[in-house]
Amino acid sequence: MNLFEFCYGIIHWLVDLVNNLWYRLGDTLPWYFGDFFTAVGDFAASDGHLTFMTILLECIIIILVALINVLNFLWIFRKLSGRILDFYGPYYVGYRIGGWLQNLADGIKLFVKEIIVPKKADRLGYLLAPIIYVGSSLLILSVIPLSENFGLSTNESGEYVTAGALFALAAFSIAPFAILLAGWSSNNKYTLIGGMRSAAQMMSYEIPLILCAASVFLVAGSFNFVDIVDAQHDIWFLIPLFIGFVVFLICLIAEVEIIPFDLPEAEAELVEGWTTEYGGMKFGLFYMTTAIRSYAGGALATAFFLGGWHGPSFIPDEIWFLIKAYIVYTVFMWLTWSVPRVRIDQMLGVGWRRLLPLAVLNLFIAAVLKSGGWI
Amino acid sequence: MAEMWINMGPQHPMTHGLWNLRVKVDGETIVDAEPEVGYLHRGIEKICEGLTYPQIIPIADRLCYGSSLTWSHLYCLTVEDLMDVEVPERAEYIRVMSIEMQRIASHLMWLAAYAGDLGLSVGFTYTMRDREVFVDLLQALTGSRLTYNYPRIGGVAHDLPPDFERDALRAVEYMERRLKEYEDLFEGSKIFMMRNVGIGILRKEDGMNLGVTGPSLRASGVSYDLRKDMPYSVYPEMDFNVAIHKDGDCYARYRVRMDEMWESCRIIRQALRKMPEGRWRIVAPRTAPAETGLGRVEDPRGEAVMYVVGDGSDKPYRLKIRSPIFVTVSAAPKILVGYKLADVVAIMGGLDMCIGENDR
Repeated sequence: MNLFEFCYGIIHWLVDLVNNLWYRLGDTLPWYFGDFFTAVGDFAASDGHLTFMTILLECIIIILVALINVLNFLWIFRKLSGRILDFYGPYYVGYRIGGWLQNLADGIKLFVKEIIVPKKADRLGYLLAPIIYVGSSLLILSVIPLSENFGLSTNESGEYVTAGALFALAAFSIAPFAILLAGWSSNNKYTLIGGMRSAAQMMSYEIPLILCAASVFLVAGSFNFVDIVDAQHDIWFLIPLFIGFVVFLICLIAEVEIIPFDLPEAEAELVEGWTTEYGGMKFGLFYMTTAIRSYAGGALATAFFLGGWHGPSFIPDEIWFLIKAYIVYTVFMWLTWSVPRVRIDQMLGVGWRRLLPLAVLNLFIAAVLKSGGWI
Repeated sequence: MAEMWINMGPQHPMTHGLWNLRVKVDGETIVDAEPEVGYLHRGIEKICEGLTYPQIIPIADRLCYGSSLTWSHLYCLTVEDLMDVEVPERAEYIRVMSIEMQRIASHLMWLAAYAGDLGLSVGFTYTMRDREVFVDLLQALTGSRLTYNYPRIGGVAHDLPPDFERDALRAVEYMERRLKEYEDLFEGSKIFMMRNVGIGILRKEDGMNLGVTGPSLRASGVSYDLRKDMPYSVYPEMDFNVAIHKDGDCYARYRVRMDEMWESCRIIRQALRKMPEGRWRIVAPRTAPAETGLGRVEDPRGEAVMYVVGDGSDKPYRLKIRSPIFVTVSAAPKILVGYKLADVVAIMGGLDMCIGENDR
């Protein structure tokens, strides 16, 4: 049973239950109400409505799973940083589970704080930016399947959104817009410079990222996550497209904005960069979104290069996928704590002079391998 | 983007302490810079005029949180010069040993702050962890961890605690192992080198004309170290080299401080080996003659000078403090212009700012 069938069953049952009551209610009323009730009930029981609600439920389930993973990620982020940087991570809140509840506690604390809008800020842009940032990041997660049976599919046979990978990458690149908006509307010099840096950085690292993804699409012959992962049944793309994998990871670090590429929020020179003016839960959303994007990045790297959910079958597919995504994230964190931050011109230099040619070379290798029929 | 002024401070992560650096940027490039100090002025020189000579020692400690022992030592040297007090030899060795420990602790704190500025989190926590070793030693010696109040006019407050030599030798051995690790950690990182080599060049002539002293000047290729050039205490007995580097960039300043830590380890070993038995303190007079006293020491941050005028009473008539960082910070516009905004943290972090002594 795949997620679609599961959700369809739930929705069907719910609609039947509600409709039953609804029709009975309609029967007790005069006929001219009754017609209206019948029409609404029929619409609710129609195939289109059921499919729509099923997909909505699927999205909610997938995002909830992703958000729980994000909590795990934040916990790993804190515990691992403690291990590497020689201190204990959080451990008081949720003592028996290693301080796992600390993030929830922080979230509650941020949630009850006052929402302050700076006087001279552009109110609309200032409040809209976090919504766009979080929303676009959650959009990525909605299309990433954890296994063949656990993903956003549009019919009972389990066919996935055709251009899921393309959609994920597209959603990934909405963020610079939100960041620039946040930086500009806050009306602060630090945020303005941070926003500008972020826009420059994301645009220059987007191109190698997409080129590396393009080599994967080329080899797999599809934009569909399931097809891409199935194409890696014999050999993970990590091995033939190793250059692409490395470039992809570096670009992901830049997209996620963690050290060494966290220039937009370089705290030493720009206080907190483009998030300087944001406090309370708005800051919490940004903080969470970094983890969401890290998770999305790890999941993309897993699906594109690390064989997705393929692995020995004694562990469920979904768990395999998550293990791989967690490993990618751990590597990110390991890198983050052990290197300094680069400078903006050096960073752009690396992006345009090193990563872009390497990505093109990788695309060329992929084309040769595909046309030679070796893969 | 048009040119604009950016305030880096007084409340800013770049400023270790309370000061303001205004930089004028054209996009990301710095075209002008203007340091503003004075936010932490406590009127220490004036306070000292109302206190008796021994009461000023803890005030002198408060001049710099990074190397407080150096300042109280300098104050005691100055007053001993004023009163013509001969310090017992054991006390001199204890002083030299403890201020070299303080120098290592101070440089480690600088390294931690510098690593934190550059975003190298692991460098921050590891160096702060190993600074604890020397802070613990100084705690065993003096009883406190930050402001020690240890030197006295005419010696030191008390003798070495039991087993102190053993602990100190162990700490030095540990530190020498760690220093190698730091060199691997920092210089082995390509990004660290990218951020440091060729950044914030202070030319030799500029450094000398502006009065820059200490590691920042020695990194520009001037061999000027008061411990060698104008020896005080028992430094002539010690065998050590002056760390210099000729490049004058951030990497050179980093390198000079690392070399100084190696040399400090050597000095601590020698001081422990050569330390004679005997008294560690003599009774100094309460009042000072109507004369002047001058003390100059090599602070971890540069040349620190104190000048005291006595008027025959038990309180100084005037106490003047020459802070090394107050002079060094005036070189900021000279070394900042032309670099990127992100280099501000590397350059100003490399100067090892300490605002307590700067604003006095």
